[in-house]
Parts: sequence; structure tokens; C-alpha cells
Amino acid sequence: MDERDLQRLLDEVKGGRLSRRRFVQTMVGLGLTAPMAAHMLGSAGVAQAQTKWTVNPTKRGGGGIVKTLWWQAPTLLNPHFANGTKDQDASRIFYEPLASYDPDGNLVPMLAAEVPSAQNGGVAKDGLSVTWRLKKNVVWHDGKPFTADDVVFNWEYVMDTGTAAVTIGQYRDIAKIDKLDSHTVKLTFKSPSPFWSASFCGPTGMIIPKHLFQAFKGDKSREAPTNLKPVGTGPYRFVDFKPGDIVRGELNPTYHVPNRPYFDQIEMKGGGDAPSAARAVLQTGEFDYAWNMQVEDEILRRWEQGGRGRADIVAGGNIEHIQLNTTDPWTEVDGERSSIKTKHPTLSDPAVRLALNVLVDRGSIQEEIYGRTGIATANFVNAPARFVSKNTKWEFNVDKANQILDAAGWKRGADGIRAKDGRKLKFVYQTSINAPRQKTQQIVKQACTKAGIDVELKSITANVFFSSDPANLDTFPHFSTDLQMFTTTMTQPDPQRFMDQFVSWEVASKENKWAGRNPTRWRNEEYDRAWKAAEAEMDPVKRAALFIKMNDLVIQNVVIIPVVFRPRVAAISNRMRDVVQSGWDGDFWALAYWSKSA
Amino acid sequence: MSKYLLRRTLTSIPVLAGISAVLFTILALAPGDPFEELATNPNVPAEVRMNLRAKFGLDDPLPLRYARWVVSMMRGDWGFSFVSRVNVDTLILQRLPTTLFVLGSALVLAILIAIPIGTYSALRPYSIFDQAATTLAFIGFSLPTFFTGLLFILLFSIHLDWLPFIYRADISATGWRWYWEHVRQAIMPVAVLGLFQAASMTRFMRAAVLDVIRLEYVNTARAKGLSEGVTLVKHVVRNALIPVVTLVALQIPNIFGGAIVTEQIFRVPGIGSLLIASILANDTPVVMAVTFIFSCLVVASNLAADLLYGWLDPRISYR
Amino acid sequence: MAARVASRTVRGDLAVAASEPSSSLWRETGRRFRRHRLAVIGTVVLLAMVVAVLAGPLVWRHPINAIDFKAKLKAPSWSHPLGTDDLGQDILARMLYGGRISLAVGIAAMLIAISIGTAIGATSGYVGGVLDHTLMRVTDMFLSLPGLPLLLLIVYLFRDALRKALGPEVGVFILIVAVIGGLRWMPVARLVRAQFLSLREKEFVESARSLGAPPLRQVIRHILPNSMGPVIVAGTIDVAAAIIAESTLSFLGLGFPPDIPTWGRILYDAKDNLDFAPHWAIFPGTAIFLTVLSINYIGDGLRDALDPRKVLGK
Repeated sequence: MDERDLQRLLDEVKGGRLSRRRFVQTMVGLGLTAPMAAHMLGSAGVAQAQTKWTVNPTKRGGGGIVKTLWWQAPTLLNPHFANGTKDQDASRIFYEPLASYDPDGNLVPMLAAEVPSAQNGGVAKDGLSVTWRLKKNVVWHDGKPFTADDVVFNWEYVMDTGTAAVTIGQYRDIAKIDKLDSHTVKLTFKSPSPFWSASFCGPTGMIIPKHLFQAFKGDKSREAPTNLKPVGTGPYRFVDFKPGDIVRGELNPTYHVPNRPYFDQIEMKGGGDAPSAARAVLQTGEFDYAWNMQVEDEILRRWEQGGRGRADIVAGGNIEHIQLNTTDPWTEVDGERSSIKTKHPTLSDPAVRLALNVLVDRGSIQEEIYGRTGIATANFVNAPARFVSKNTKWEFNVDKANQILDAAGWKRGADGIRAKDGRKLKFVYQTSINAPRQKTQQIVKQACTKAGIDVELKSITANVFFSSDPANLDTFPHFSTDLQMFTTTMTQPDPQRFMDQFVSWEVASKENKWAGRNPTRWRNEEYDRAWKAAEAEMDPVKRAALFIKMNDLVIQNVVIIPVVFRPRVAAISNRMRDVVQSGWDGDFWALAYWSKSA
Repeated sequence: MSKYLLRRTLTSIPVLAGISAVLFTILALAPGDPFEELATNPNVPAEVRMNLRAKFGLDDPLPLRYARWVVSMMRGDWGFSFVSRVNVDTLILQRLPTTLFVLGSALVLAILIAIPIGTYSALRPYSIFDQAATTLAFIGFSLPTFFTGLLFILLFSIHLDWLPFIYRADISATGWRWYWEHVRQAIMPVAVLGLFQAASMTRFMRAAVLDVIRLEYVNTARAKGLSEGVTLVKHVVRNALIPVVTLVALQIPNIFGGAIVTEQIFRVPGIGSLLIASILANDTPVVMAVTFIFSCLVVASNLAADLLYGWLDPRISYR
Repeated sequence: MAARVASRTVRGDLAVAASEPSSSLWRETGRRFRRHRLAVIGTVVLLAMVVAVLAGPLVWRHPINAIDFKAKLKAPSWSHPLGTDDLGQDILARMLYGGRISLAVGIAAMLIAISIGTAIGATSGYVGGVLDHTLMRVTDMFLSLPGLPLLLLIVYLFRDALRKALGPEVGVFILIVAVIGGLRWMPVARLVRAQFLSLREKEFVESARSLGAPPLRQVIRHILPNSMGPVIVAGTIDVAAAIIAESTLSFLGLGFPPDIPTWGRILYDAKDNLDFAPHWAIFPGTAIFLTVLSINYIGDGLRDALDPRKVLGK
């Protein structure tokens, strides 16, 4: 699919022949993000649909308590220090960003009066600046007014390296912020930024009050008492926080949206595991909402039958995939394994890669393990038929794998394992500890055995596998095995960040202490060029075409094997209303609008 | 005896220092990283992660980090959690009441079950009572707590809907209802843990009483004409209590970091779950503080046990 | 039992014991063991399990990892006597295969724990003084060690070396057994020491001492058999704990690979399907229970058989 095809699709949306939603789904299927698709639609002049809420209360409060359950407990309440989505979600009860992303990737204004666009003059044509108009009449929980000063302060706070804020990546492109008046700010970027909503939107965009954090910038940031007793603009005020255990809030009587929120209190309890959290919502009804239900779908379905709750499934950008090492993990060069000075002895043969691609039984994996929570993909599932490229459809075919390998000269030895030139097809396949992943490993192993490939399974505890410890060989950037599998989350709305996993300058190596983001160590000039071009391309349609091309390169070279799409799954009580999950923002993005039927 | 007590107390200090050094080294060398979540987050640039590591002194040499820790402990500063960015003692104190309540009750329950049942079993060995008690005890400790906990939840929460299974340390009711709610939600975790501990303790008690009953002096006492009851209490139980005291002393520190699985299943916010969460997140200051308290408790309980031996059996002396 | 004990006197017993030749002593022990009905049953059950896991896979030829989605979570039937799990794999085959590891790990770890524990506890309790003090402080230190970080560290440090030296399976096995056994000896040591402290001063030991029996003889013939009570109990508890500990290790990625169906692992995998497919959990749970039960009765039998007061005065 190229630029012209994309333009044609956009025309169909404008002409009413293709729905907005279908277009967005198609773009996501092509490896883009919904917010990116929304940008494209915006630039094409397609009007944004307003999110509709089914319940419109006539007064604030009266709904009692809403109880939510996260099986990873939040440990801090400052959004700029968040260690994962649990902390972001807990902070989101009290803090708000300028705008949030709805399930279709559209920006919904929260603290902004309206979303900037080319039409209303908010977004500059040259892409060098964006102007946000802030909502008036917004007050912090302690009564002070929310103004442009707070916005400017957040940028200064984050940019101060002494603060060690983890949100810094979203603000680095800003050259300066001008306060045009008490409720208007203008962000000026260092270079033309096609994705201007990276700053101040979504879970990394929450805004903290200047008057309470002013004295705690830089090295003193960890001493701020407000770190534990948040004062925000959100629908709930702070009541209590026990790190690693529970967060409680009560209704904010001065909330800036009239007649909201519905609930008088909110509780976010943490700890335990996903299956018991699902039980608490679906079987006993002790809780109204549970996050991230990593539970087998079959079990979820069984529990849904009780009629108390349902598993709510929403598409996001997460893809569970298998990475193939392009270097040799078993040879050490200068004290480094998987060094780019080496080449993988067997995986360098494209035939082996193609064979592996058809040995992953995505259909069974979807049906038997993930169910609704994992949709088989090769990245091109949702595209309308005429745009699907023939060799990017997924298939599972052991015979075909055997044929490919036979044709490429890999003969079976006496032990049934294929070999060529004295090199055997033996792989070590690692992933983190997680029941569905272990099952997936077994399914893949079984199929490989039938094709004469010997696979040894390895599983590593999650906190080691996902760590950034330079000394530990079991981390995924080290990639000391032949194959590894995990999910790259794509909650950042801009595909640029996701796609930098394949550029050659991000190769994880000893030099950069394995902090590089490219674990497969794949290097391809064409890909690099496309990526650099996309970084500066202002036209969303051209940009999308570049991303699709990059995706194509990755898939066709079998750098990774996508397994299933992992939508977001939450367990929600059947009595809750307007609890809408967004795959591009946190679970609480629309918390103010939640309600319950009596 | 008081000389012994003094000697032991004085030697405890270097012992604890040695233990803390070993603990610190193990934690520092163990693989894993407090900032793991950031590694998969594409928005967090590598420098921020490296900065955070340097800020918390993670890349400094080991002896230096240990010395720093000792010095701050002596000043009363128990450390600062990487993960919560909060003082460690705040975290521990928040969880102390729940821990003492749930885990303390479990230990008490275990003792209350084990001593009478174990004794009675030993008095009538291989009788129906004994066989039943033995079988139940075996089932009790053959099944791991994650399993029995789940069984309890399935039965009492899901099937019968009698008890809540998610523990909340702060219930907003007042008056006697507050107590009732607390008891209601504590029943299952206390029962699961207490029964698991009771299973093994009952067996030990039974074995200990059996051993003692067969010894001579019991018969001497009987021959002297003392009644069965007095014999039992004065001689049998006192001596049989020696292994029980040993066991209880070994169990007490576990209140502070042992009942990890039960706490996970029922989401009891005790110190055990703080420990396991911190270990998995490599939040070294918290782990260090909790394990240090744990080792102090170990040393103290074993000292108490040793002193109790002397009281229970006056012939025991420490040469 | 009380009645039998009543007729002994101390000095007479020891005089007889001192003169008894050892070979008939062992025969006598064997005879007493065989008379203990439950001990015999326990031995038979344990042997049956050992034979089953060793020879079973040769008889019951079902593969352990044949994934068959159409046969998911089926209750026991003729084609699958113990039913199937959620990937359609045959539970009987998996239990027979995994049983080798579970039984081996359970028993080996238990033996290590009680050997080390008894040796240290006995030495400490008998000799006393500075040695006692030092050994107990070392015990205190081991008790204070946080299990999980230590495990992670040890496995991380030694796994690859052992793998290269002994092959992946034997290497992991040795590592696991050493780690589990090495962290469970402390309670045994404390218990044995406590027994020694109290028994050391009892009359019959005093008598043996005054008759000139050397310390080692005192320990082995008189004190140790009477301290076996807690050791046996600890032994049975340790077997169950070791089997479960192995599954906890594999859950953390430190033990055997997750597709190896040890009993503890099967139990863990089964837990979320308890309300729907209880057979999956019942079988491994029962297997562990039976192992523990039989070891306990064997231990009881051994203790009764070795009891010196029963040997004397037949």
C-alpha cells in the first residue's frame, strides 16, 4: 500500500463510503496507530466524531463508591515518576492532561478548551509550533486557579535532568513555550514536528501544580510532600495512599465539568494476580473494574456466564511477537555475545526464517490460548481485501516449512534434526514467565519438531527479562538466545517511537550498555532512510505511507514474526455505564464520565 | 543465666553486623533492576534510566554502598525506596498493624490447635483420633497455601458468598461493625495460614510427647503415685514443649516476611507482600530493611528459645 | 505402649546392650520394622510409586506433550485414565514423567536437609560451649537469608557452569536439590540440638557415661535414636515442601523449564481451572500426599525399630 492507496481510502471516508472506524482499524492493521490515523483524517478535513455518553446525570455525585482492582499495585502518585501504567493510572485519578486519546485515536480535550488543528489556527502550517487554549474556570483541588503558568512549569520540571522524570521523552522536542496570556500557551519545536500532540496529551501529559512543586524541582524533586498527597484538577480529590496497596479518592466538588463525577468515592486496590482479580469482578462482584486481564479467554468466558460482569476488549497497538536474532548469541567477541560483528549461523538463511514464519500456529494460539484477547496477525489482517499484499498473509503449514527447508538444502540428520554444512537447526527460545506465553512456546516447539527443528524452551522471570541491568545476560536487549518473544507496547500514539526498534543506530550493544532499542540487531539502509524521512514529513498521508513501507520491510525480511494482536482487556461489572477503555491512553482516561445503573 | 544472657546479647551485635553484610552483598549481586518497567518503555530515553541508576548510587562499588547503608541505619534513616520514592520506615509502619493482626493470629491459631491435638494424639497413638488427626495434618502440609487458599476462596467466597476475599486494611464502617468486618475478611487468610502451620506443628508436638512419654522418669513419677493429670502437666508437657518452643521461635520471624503466598492470594497488605514486591522490583533499600528486621527477630527469638529451655528443663545448662 | 515401657530398668538395659553383637541387632531391627504394619504399607506404597515413575513411561506410551485441543480438560476416561489438561495433554503420562523428578528432588533434598541439620544440631547440642555458639550463629545467619534473592543469585551464578559440566538436566537437578536442601536444614538443626541439650543430662545417658561409653557411642546409641522424633517429622514435611519448592522455582524461571511436568508444576498450572476441571489438580495433590504419608509411616517404623529399649528385653 502506498501513498495513493492511502489517499484513496481517505477519499472514501470523506465520501461516506468507508466508515471512520473501519479506516482507523485498517491503519492499525497496517502497523500504524489510531492517533496517527486520526491525524490523517484531520488533515483530510474529515470531522471528528464526538464521544457520546449514555448517561447524562443532572447533578454531581450520589453514586456511592466505585471499587477498582489493579493486580500490580501503584507505588507512587507523581505522574512524572511513573514506573509503568499502574502508577500512571493511579495518578490519573487526581491529575489530568490537556487532552486524552479516545478508542479511535481522536484527541478529546480535558484541560484544553479545544483541540488545536490547522483549521482553528492552533497548529502552525510549518509544523514548528502549536498553540493550546486552556479551559477557563479550572481550579486545583486546593482552590487555586489553573493557568498557563502551570503548563510552562511542567515543561521546566520535566526538562530539568536532576528531576529524573521519566516523561522527558515527550517534551524534549520543545524548544520553548511562550505564555501568550493567562490561558494560552504556544509550544515551539526544535524542528518541524509532524506529531505535535506528543507533549501534554495522554498518560505522559498529566499536569502538576506549579505552586506546590515550584520549590521541588531538580534534585529536590523526591522530597515534595505533594508526591504522596496529590493536588490535581481531576474528578476526585486525594484521601489516602498506601504504596503497594491502595489509593482512595473522594468527589471533587469543584470539578470543571458540570454534573460530574457520578461517584462519591473511588478506591484503587492493588496486588495479587490477574485471575483472582477477574474473579473479584466476574464472580463475586466485590469490585467493579479490574485492569489488564491477562487470563485465558476460555476461563474469562466461563466466568462471564455468571452474569455479573463482562470482559471488555478494546484494540490497542500491542503486538506479541517473536524476534529472530541476526547475530550469533553463542559466540563471544570482546566479551560480548550477540555482537554485530557476528552473523547468525543458521538464521541468516532467509529460507530458515520463512520456514519459521509458517511454523507458528497463530490460529490455534488465538483460539485456544488467547481467544478474544489475542487476534492472530501478520500485521495485515484488517485491511480491505484489495489492499492485502499476497505474501504478508499469515499461514500455518508444516508441510510448506518442510518443503522450504528441503529446497534450501537443510537435510534431516539421524536424530531428525536438519543440518547443513555441519550446522544444525537448534534454537533456544526465551520469553518471560506468563502462562499463555509458555503455552505458545510449547505450540511453536511442537510444530518445529515436526519440521526437523529442535527448540529448547527457556523462561525468565519478568523483572529480570525486562530489566536494563547491563550485567545480566538474561535481559531482552542482551538477546543471548536465538529467538525471544514478548509484547512491545505501543501506547505512545506516534508510530515513530515504535518503529525505532529497527533502525541501525539503536542496535543494543556493549558500547551503549545494551540500552539500545534494537534487540534483533537488524540493519537495513532502506529502512533507516525511510525512518529519517518519516521523522520530518509533515503530510500525515505521506508519513503513513512511509511507515507502511517500513513495516513491509520488517515483515518481508522476517526480522520478527508477529503472533497475535493483544487488545486491552478489562473486567467490568455489568452495572457500570460509560466505562470506555481506550487502547491509546490509560484506563482512567474518561474516569469523570463513569457511572453505574442503580 | 544472666551472665549467659549478657554474653549472648553482646555477641548479637557483631552477629547482626555480619548477617547484614552478607545480606547486602547478596542483594547487590542478585540480577534484576528497579527500573525495569522503564526498559520497555520507548519514551524513556536511555540517559534517564542511567541517570536514575547513578542518582540512587546503583553503580557505586559494593563496600561503599554497604558503608553508606550502615551509617544511615545508625542515624535512624532506614533508607529511601527506589520504587515509591518514600521513606522505608513509613512503608513498614503502614503495614505493621495488619501484619501483626493477620499473621500473629495465624500463629496463635496454629499453636492453639497443635498443642492439644498433638498431645492427645500422642496419648492415644494409632487410635481413630490419631489417625484422623494425622491424615488431616498430612493433607494440610502436602498442599501448598496457594492451593488451599484458592480452595477456600472457591468455597466460601464464590460458591457460598459468605466471606469477602480481598483484604482491605481500612474499612469505613464504625463501632462493632468495624470489628466484625475486619474479622470477616481475616477469617480466610488466618485460617489458611494457621492451618498450614498447625499441620506441621501438630506432628512435631505429637512426636515430642511420644518421645517423652516413653522415658523413664514418667514412670517414676507414676510409681510415686502422682495422678495422670499431674504427671502429664508437670513432666510430659513441659519436656515436650521444648521442641514446640524451638518451632515457635523459628516461626515468629516468618510473621515478618514469610507468608508471602497467602498475602498475595488474599491481597493482605502485610510486610510479606511488601518484601516480595520489593524483591521482584529490586527495590534494594526496602528489601534490606525488611530482611534486617527479620534477622534481628531470628536472633532474638532463638535467644528467647534458648533461655526458655533452661526454664522448662532445669537440667539443661550451657557450658 | 505405656504398659510395655513400665517394665524396664535402666542399668539392666545398658548391660545387655553393651554385650549384643551388631549383626543380629540389625536383623532384629528389620524384624521389628516388618511387624509395624503401617510402616510396611508405607514402604510398599513408596516402592510402588518409584516403580511406577521409573517403568511407567515404558508401559504407558502416551507422549507427555502431544497437544490436542479437541481433548481439552477432559475428565478421566479409558483413553486418558487421569484426564487431560488445558492443552489436551495426557495427565497420567505427565505425572509419570514428572514424578521421577518430583520424587527424586523431594527425597534427595530432604535427605540433604536432615543430614546436615542432624549433624550440626547433634554436634552443637552435645559439645556445647563455643562450638555450639558459633554453629548456632551460623544457623541464625542462614535463617535470616532472604530465600528469593539468594535463589536468583545462586541460579544465575551457577546455572551455566553446571550446565556445561553436567549437562542441562543433571546440572539443574543438582542445583535445585542443593538449594532446596541447603535452605531447609536449619529447623532440623535447632530441633535436634534442643533434644540433645535435654537428653544429654538424662539418667540413662549419665549411666552410659559412667559405665565408660565413649561420646560417639553415647550419641549414636542413646541420644540420637531418642531425638529422631522431630527429625522424622521434619523429614516428611521437607519432602512435601521440596516438591512444592521446586515448582515455585520453576514458576520463577529458576528450576526446570516450564514444560517439564513436575507434580508441583501441574498443581500450579491447574489452580485456575479448579472449579471446572478439578481432576487436573486432584491427582498431583494426591500423589504428593501419598508420598508424604508413606515416608512418614516408614519413618515411624524406623524409629520404633531402632528404639534401644525395645531391642532390649524382648
